[in-house]
Amino acid sequence: MNFKKILIIISFYIFFLNNAYSLEPEIFVQSTVNRASQILSENISKDEKINKLKIIAKQTVDIRGVGFYSLGQARKNLDSNQKKKYSELFESYFLKSFSSRLAEYTNPQIEVQGKEVLNKNYTIVNSVLVATSERPQVRIDWRVYTKNPDNPLIRDLIIEGLSLARTQKEEFSSILNSNNNDINALFKTLEEFSKN
Amino acid sequence: MFRKFIVICLSIILFALNANAGSDGEIILKKNQPTEIKDCFENLNRATFAFNQALDGVIFKPVAGAYRFLPSPIKNGVGNSLDNLSNLVTIPNNILQGELKKAGVNSGRFIINTTVGILGLIDVAQHLGFPEYEKEDYGQTLATMGVGPGCYLVLPVLGPSTARDATASIANYIGGDPWYNVSVKNDTQYFSDFDYYASKLTSGIDFRAKNYDALENVEKNSIDFYASVKSLYLQDRQQKILNTNKIIETQDDSDWEEIETQ
Repeated sequence: MNFKKILIIISFYIFFLNNAYSLEPEIFVQSTVNRASQILSENISKDEKINKLKIIAKQTVDIRGVGFYSLGQARKNLDSNQKKKYSELFESYFLKSFSSRLAEYTNPQIEVQGKEVLNKNYTIVNSVLVATSERPQVRIDWRVYTKNPDNPLIRDLIIEGLSLARTQKEEFSSILNSNNNDINALFKTLEEFSKN
Repeated sequence: MFRKFIVICLSIILFALNANAGSDGEIILKKNQPTEIKDCFENLNRATFAFNQALDGVIFKPVAGAYRFLPSPIKNGVGNSLDNLSNLVTIPNNILQGELKKAGVNSGRFIINTTVGILGLIDVAQHLGFPEYEKEDYGQTLATMGVGPGCYLVLPVLGPSTARDATASIANYIGGDPWYNVSVKNDTQYFSDFDYYASKLTSGIDFRAKNYDALENVEKNSIDFYASVKSLYLQDRQQKILNTNKIIETQDDSDWEEIETQ
């Protein structure tokens, strides 16, 4: 009798644990967006906004994954030192680029509307940036990496069907192509962007 | 003789079937993947891009910047009437693509918006529950027939294009665009050349104004603005050719899967 009781308690405990920490991608996106929106509507300087947005980006975006995706086939030719250096440079570049893009908006209203599960690793969350008098409604889809359901991470933003990660990947590829695939040229460009 | 005729007919049918088999969604998707499209004239394209950027800075950007501050009903009215006019190219392309139902819907949309909607200023059809309008052009029609995009091109003033799309646009000037036919090609008493070119210029300004912030943002945060614009244009084009908003149909997931193994 006691053993049965213990089994039931353990089962409930496991069930509770699984459900308590698994975060649905659409809820994750909406809460991330709400946090960013709150920062953007605060009466603080642009630099302060950018710094706060960087913290959110570090917590919610798989920066390392996006970095390696952006590098395309060139990632296969990097040694471990180059990979480490690239990851560091990419993070600085990404945080600057991402946060200054977002900081242009004041109090954006984003509404999550649905999701499409692609496979166990990816879910696309559909949302819209609500129209204002200056611009029409914008459709934004979020590629959420769900391999670890307890800790979903954003890997791409697809605005009106146009993928930011893919655009970035083609930008990197263009820089590598025009520099005889010399990774140092890309390192230098990323470094310069982050410094300016 | 009759036997020869039958053989020829069968050969034509087989050839046509074969051509259709090669133009299904997957092949169209592959052919129009931005990474598959070669930038054969990159140096010339980059020079033209720089020229266009300079022109944009002097003309389009300031005009579009001022246009943005017009009251919303005026901007919406202009956008609606330009969309309405573009139906004249969309409808023949719907027919050429075999989308007869869409051709019917767009014809209805054009008639309602031109009459009840006062020359297209009000999108009455949308209020009546017509499906969302999707523009079509001769480049998209060739793509759906299986014609590949060829090299990427940057045209002076007009901007990004591909060899296929630039060539296909000639169709507009040899009878494929009824608006061009009644305003420029034929001397009608109702419309003049000015009406046609003014509509094209307004269309360019309307597009620039709608994308004002987005383009500023991309330019400011790009490490290679030319490559960014090229990628965004080709992704947009691919989406229009496939007539889909579904990410799963336009995005190639193989590279995302590959980084799992890194």
